[in-house]
Amino acid sequence: MTDVTIHPARSQSRLGKIALRWLLYIILGLFALYYLMPLFVMVTTSLKSLEEIRTGDLISLPRVVTFEAWTTAWSTACTGIQCEGVRPYFWNSVLIAVPAVLISTLVGALNGYVVAQWRFRGSNLFFAAMLFGCFIPFQVVLLPMARLLGIMGIAGTIPGLIFVHVIYGLGFTTLFFRNYYVSIPSELTKAAKVDGAGFFRIFWSIFLPLSLPIIVVTVIWQFTQIWNDFLFGVSFSQAGTQPITVALNNIVNSTTGVKEYNVDMATAIIAALPTLLVYVVAGKYFIRGLTAGSVKG
Amino acid sequence: MAPILEIKNLYKNYGPVEILKDINVSIDPGDFLVLVGPSGCGKSTLLNCIAGLEPISGGTLQIGGQNMTDVSPKDRDIAMVFQSYALYPTMTVAKNITFGMKVRGVDQATQEQKLKEVARQLQIEQLLSRRPGQLSGGQRQRVAMGRALVRDPKLFLFDEPLSNLDAKLRVEMRTEIKELHQKLGASMVYVTHDQIEAMTLATKIVVMKGGVIQQVGSPAEIYNRPANLFVADFMGNPAMNLIPAKAMKNGEGTKIEIARKDGAPIVLTDAKNRDLPEDVIIGVRPEDIAEPEFRASQDAQFAECMVDIVEPAGADTFVVMQMGGKQVTARLHAETSATPGQMQRLAFDLGKVSYFAPDSGHRLN
Amino acid sequence: MSKWLEDHLPKVVLAPSFIAVLVFVYGFIAWTAWVSLTRSKLLPKYEIHGFIQYDRLFAAPRWDVAMNNLFIFGALFIVISMVLGLLLAILLDQNIRTEGAIRTIYLYPMALSMIVTGTAWKWILNPGLGVEATVRGWGFENFTFDWLVNPDMAIYTIVIAAIWQSSGFVMALFLAGLRSVDTEIIRAAQVDGIPTWRVYTAIIIPSMAPIFLSAFIVLSHLAIKSFDLVIALTGGGPGFASDLPATYMYAMAFSRGDIGQAASSAMIMMAVVFAIVVPYLYSELRAKND
Repeated sequence: MTDVTIHPARSQSRLGKIALRWLLYIILGLFALYYLMPLFVMVTTSLKSLEEIRTGDLISLPRVVTFEAWTTAWSTACTGIQCEGVRPYFWNSVLIAVPAVLISTLVGALNGYVVAQWRFRGSNLFFAAMLFGCFIPFQVVLLPMARLLGIMGIAGTIPGLIFVHVIYGLGFTTLFFRNYYVSIPSELTKAAKVDGAGFFRIFWSIFLPLSLPIIVVTVIWQFTQIWNDFLFGVSFSQAGTQPITVALNNIVNSTTGVKEYNVDMATAIIAALPTLLVYVVAGKYFIRGLTAGSVKG
Repeated sequence: MAPILEIKNLYKNYGPVEILKDINVSIDPGDFLVLVGPSGCGKSTLLNCIAGLEPISGGTLQIGGQNMTDVSPKDRDIAMVFQSYALYPTMTVAKNITFGMKVRGVDQATQEQKLKEVARQLQIEQLLSRRPGQLSGGQRQRVAMGRALVRDPKLFLFDEPLSNLDAKLRVEMRTEIKELHQKLGASMVYVTHDQIEAMTLATKIVVMKGGVIQQVGSPAEIYNRPANLFVADFMGNPAMNLIPAKAMKNGEGTKIEIARKDGAPIVLTDAKNRDLPEDVIIGVRPEDIAEPEFRASQDAQFAECMVDIVEPAGADTFVVMQMGGKQVTARLHAETSATPGQMQRLAFDLGKVSYFAPDSGHRLN
Repeated sequence: MSKWLEDHLPKVVLAPSFIAVLVFVYGFIAWTAWVSLTRSKLLPKYEIHGFIQYDRLFAAPRWDVAMNNLFIFGALFIVISMVLGLLLAILLDQNIRTEGAIRTIYLYPMALSMIVTGTAWKWILNPGLGVEATVRGWGFENFTFDWLVNPDMAIYTIVIAAIWQSSGFVMALFLAGLRSVDTEIIRAAQVDGIPTWRVYTAIIIPSMAPIFLSAFIVLSHLAIKSFDLVIALTGGGPGFASDLPATYMYAMAFSRGDIGQAASSAMIMMAVVFAIVVPYLYSELRAKND
């Protein structure tokens, strides 16, 4: 990518140019406010007392900052009948996401390595079949998967959810690694073969050390997908094993007692924090994953 | 002496597409075989088949007298240098060179010693701790050579190893490879599309086109007696002049008549070749057309020719003319008096010409 | 290592994934397709009864609403996201000094779960304490903005939230596209004295056709799969006024115990996705193989 500045035509007056420039910045600034507004509202609301929420307005700053809603959200908020806060569900999400991300990344790396560097008759067909799997609406597999998990005895368990996330994450992880490994000249594999190295040796000594950027992209993509998942979570979990997105939805829609908007917002921020953190720390890789994953079919 | 490499009736298909057809090649120990041809002629595929990186569809392949047709690359006792050098990007130069030995479980001391030897030989001692990304093209080339040399294999394979270098470096490295070959006395198979590389390096050349071998021979044979029009046109720069002509038998030999745009045809007499068909294509190297005072061959025949273009090239001057509907180039002396638009008396060395059949393209003499 | 294993190792490595895809994608699709042709209710039955489930589906008013909503939501979401994304990309392409920061702000919603997005917008749009109450507090006593609880307008709140979440991503796609246009062409146009806006309309935007296609595919795919956002924002309500096919399917499968309906609605969803994605994938793969 190169930077090309499109220079405004020379005929424009200097003053006009400056005015245009200001207008441009104002428009961009307004849009920035638009995108930031919901986050701002969430944070301020979570720091207000219920009393202040009822009397104040949406966009005012809290008069008194209180973290009460946060402690409630973390440890005592009610999801339906249980009232132990969002904490156990946060850890459920961690327990689901970490193994699922690791397994699907590793398997995706090996698959991508084969499809890109060890082609055989039918490997392209496999890749196409896999790619296609990325695009199916998951509704079409919900019913049979629910039955299969029941038969396997892992329905409503965390291993069951890990299993589901690994299976339906493989398409993307394979795609990421395949596209990355395809750009590595096949002569490298050939040279290593002549040097006497085998399939796994070449992967381990030559390809893996080259793969850091794509590993980061894949891990971030998978983590975001799995952490933010709701459909599988709500379909395949039960009371004790729900991920945080499901718990958040339950807290927000819980009909018992007073509606505590500040707690809702605190919970939502807690649910969003891990992926937001990843985005802030490694935004470049996050965007790369988004564009690569969703575009280069 | 048993051949070091012997390929018999080799075929290679990708599905229904035939990439290589009935390849037969054999080389003796110490030979430098160059596979040359235009891109897509199958020369690189043939090299990959020799290396075992591509399975073959038919025929047999022996290295050092052993049948290697179905043997993996690592067990063929070969080393290979690639066009892109294929250096392992995350390893240092030293690790790149010793990787093969490490995989094979060669002990540390031997590794060290061989690395030192090869590094000295190629003068890359100061680069050993660098990574490929920090090296220039020429240095990478040397490291790639080092990785091959350290194996001390029965057969070296080179896949266009110089084509990524700039012109000056390419000539230097060419000389160095030749020197290395002479010093080691090793057997080598070398793929290139550059006919000058082929001529300068080879002890034996295989010219390929469309997956079929066109001619096998020493550089001199290929250059002086090309087997067909393709080889004649491909080898040599500027290319051999291939001029349509009429051949007529007469008392002293064969009368060769070349049509001209305006004026009477050029008529030359070939005293040696007697059994030519009427329609021929006569092949004359540019250096076999010269000013009479510099060409004293007894087979020389003279003709007045109209000069169209004069191109001084330092050591020589190239003169372009129209003959038989073709552009014909002559390599004249640097201080030639040839002038565009003027007639020039030229000597054609008929002792060195080739004749080809226009329809089949095969050599006739 | 035996010679056979050495030669077949790549296939052996790929085999588990291949079987998984075969069973869990294609096998499961086949299962759902089969069940959609039966009279399954609470439990699946495997006796085929033709297309009765599809007949029921197309006769159900709730499904009708869901499909209508999908087209309203899909069309608005895709068109507005693309227009907004392109506009922002062009604005950001004007050598903006703080481009990195602005890009980060525009794109962060994409990192959030749809449930979080839904929760936030549900709060902002709720009539009692949200935007409506705030604007009234400024002195505009008659201001009403009750889309969230208005059956005719609820679907549009989903459009608003979805655009907020995804338009920054479309901007990023387009920005990458703008930057990948051959700079020599742009320079040549500048040398020819072509005004900036003409450079965009005549040269740059037409050359980004593949990116428009990609953005369209991604957005339509997101639209059809939209489930979380509806659940979190409106719950499909009021009533089932803001149902989408995805929520319909879920309701049939897990709360109504009507597996036949769930399966047939899932098949229709897949048909819609295929109608869009298959031609795209086909042309992509073909282009790559050539």
